[in-house]
Amino acid sequence: MTGIEIYKRLPKTNCKKCGFPTCLAFAMKVAQKQVDISLCPYLSEESRKILEAASRPPIRLISIGNHNKIEVGNETVLFRHEKTFYHQPGLVVRIKDTQPLNDVTQLVNKVTNYSVDRVGIELRLNGFALVNESRDAEKFCKLIKTVLDNSDLPIILMSAEPATMNLALQKTSQNNPLIYAATRDTWQDMAQLALNYHCPLAVSEAQGLSQLAELTKLVSQKGVEDIILDPGILDSSNSVDTLTQLRRLTINGSYRTLGYPIITFPCDSTSSIEEEALLAAQHIAKYAGIIVLDHFSPETIYPLLTLRLNIYTDPQKPIQVATGVYPINNPEDNSPLAVTTDFSLTYFSIAGEIQSSGLPSWLLVCDTGGLSVLTAWAAGKFNATQIAKTVKQFDIPATINHRSIIIPGYVAIIKGELEEELPGWKVMVGPREAMDIGRYLKQNWVN
Amino acid sequence: MSILETPVQKWVGKVHEVKLGGNGRKSIVIGGETTLPFLHFEGSTPNRPALAIEIQDMEPPDWSPHLLSAWGEVTKNPADWAKKAAQYGADIITLRLRSAHPEQGNTGTAEAKKTVAKILSAVDLPLIVLGPEVAEKDNEVLLAVSELARGQRIAIGNCVDKNYRTIAASCLANGHTAIAKTPNDVNLAKQLNILLHEVGLPLDSILNDTSTGSLGYGLEYTYSVIERLRLACLTGDEMTSAPIICTVGEESWRQKESMVTEGVPLNWGAHEERAIIWEAITATSLITAGGNIIVLRHPKTLELIKQQLLNTYQGRITKKT
Repeated sequence: MTGIEIYKRLPKTNCKKCGFPTCLAFAMKVAQKQVDISLCPYLSEESRKILEAASRPPIRLISIGNHNKIEVGNETVLFRHEKTFYHQPGLVVRIKDTQPLNDVTQLVNKVTNYSVDRVGIELRLNGFALVNESRDAEKFCKLIKTVLDNSDLPIILMSAEPATMNLALQKTSQNNPLIYAATRDTWQDMAQLALNYHCPLAVSEAQGLSQLAELTKLVSQKGVEDIILDPGILDSSNSVDTLTQLRRLTINGSYRTLGYPIITFPCDSTSSIEEEALLAAQHIAKYAGIIVLDHFSPETIYPLLTLRLNIYTDPQKPIQVATGVYPINNPEDNSPLAVTTDFSLTYFSIAGEIQSSGLPSWLLVCDTGGLSVLTAWAAGKFNATQIAKTVKQFDIPATINHRSIIIPGYVAIIKGELEEELPGWKVMVGPREAMDIGRYLKQNWVN
Repeated sequence: MSILETPVQKWVGKVHEVKLGGNGRKSIVIGGETTLPFLHFEGSTPNRPALAIEIQDMEPPDWSPHLLSAWGEVTKNPADWAKKAAQYGADIITLRLRSAHPEQGNTGTAEAKKTVAKILSAVDLPLIVLGPEVAEKDNEVLLAVSELARGQRIAIGNCVDKNYRTIAASCLANGHTAIAKTPNDVNLAKQLNILLHEVGLPLDSILNDTSTGSLGYGLEYTYSVIERLRLACLTGDEMTSAPIICTVGEESWRQKESMVTEGVPLNWGAHEERAIIWEAITATSLITAGGNIIVLRHPKTLELIKQQLLNTYQGRITKKT
């Protein structure tokens, strides 16, 4: 809805109770989804219903679990550059109740404790999909207990049998698990369980999107609000097109019936760990909410978590790397020291070039609020004072045994000032472009 | 039951088709799609993305031991290397004339011509030749190679804002394609295409390299630049319709995750496998964004991505207009 359309439904009294000077100003903010329509106390009941329905996010936000919960949905665009993608897809590992419980305990601990620090951001896996493969309720409950005893990550309960699901939910509903799944055959029972236990419910229908919409409508008419969609097995030939259709229907077409996050199972349509990782990568880019993997191995998980971080980075707010001094290629106290800004792309370009030059070096990163070198300099955030302050803040004189610092070629102009700020230091002017830094170090750095 | 209408988007543009090879060599056509990647329900994708293997004209002194051992002895001889890459299923050979770099041997036109001639006779795949990325040396060796390969329709690069006239003229004279390289930016890419077009290079002789950021090192910038170029092209902007080439292998194999063997966190996992997945995920992401030629380094990555593409495009290569 546009601001004007919203304005037409407002009282137009400019009473200011909403905190805005005029009804029009308020309408504009509502249209930009920056404030909630409920701030207007004088809306007619009819207008309220219409405006609330229109301001509902096209894809509902769904939470699974309590601690470290998975939160997905609320996406508003098809392409990340149009605004950003908001809620990173949950990556979960599938475990079957036919697996030996000792192995399960080990795996659960590994997955739960898995963590990688990437420029100050912690990358982690998000939960478990527990499968009632045996069709034996007792075995299923044992598996669930083993997992919950060892992990506080969210779980997805996967059983085709409503009675078994009921048993499992009796013990786990306080963990807010995702119930998987309502199918054409079981939807009434499964929907009832979701209502009884107040847990989110997956709706699974592989026949096509029309059929999926039909089934989802039935489930939501029964009163279930928190839904996750499973459009069936997606392999590399139909993933992007199916998931794009779903995203377009909800975002461009405002088709509410399918306005929920999507669960995908790359584990079901691939035959090797590498294939699974590559399909999962596609699902991260477009447009899964929960991705179920069969393989837990750090060498594929770490790249996938990195991709998720990359794709879900807000393009309007480039990530900053943490301020500080970064060792590259195991530097020693006589290794060169270069300084740059905390704009992630700047940092990665320079760190990458030094890395591939093989030369041990220290890279000092200054806080500029995530600006590139020239922009930061122009904004007064990357000047002699700032650099000198950072040198002292991180106790650089104790890290290195020399007193030379290499500044980016683009800010050659601050050489003199920096020498005044850092008495006794030699300020060297490095190259303008990151790609020349390896050569620069080879030619200009003598220990 | 109500049937949902498939949400088809009407596009008016089309990625230019660029042909490499021919004239006795195997030829390959790049581009030509009238929709975004993998959206088979709304447009045609006459050619799947092409996979190139990067080889160098000297034994790379700084490559990961995993890359060197995967290729073995052939890294000492570019013609053998090209043959092996062809055996592994590369669609295109990408030769980096690295030895022409002033610090890597500073070889000249004679050596460049000799290497290219050998490769042209060793394999019949289409060829891409990249200079050492030092302006004056680029012009020197690329021009010589362009002349030597006259009529073979190779692609040469990089063609940048400083040397585009020279490279364009040489491509025109010898029937080649120019790789226009710009830093991660939609407008700069478009601008260089306009400049090349203005000096007479037809749009079917231009590839765009918008600078590749690997997974974890700027991938998201490249991903969005490619998506934006594709969307601009499909909505009718001809000056953004060049097929896009991504130097995935080069970028991902120089990062810490691929290069460093010791002193890294245990949670990074087994080194060689991780490095291959790093390259493969960079590749698959940029293909999903709209990349048309993906230049790789490791033969296993080539195998993985090729299999994924074959699965994806099985029966889906459409000639519908």
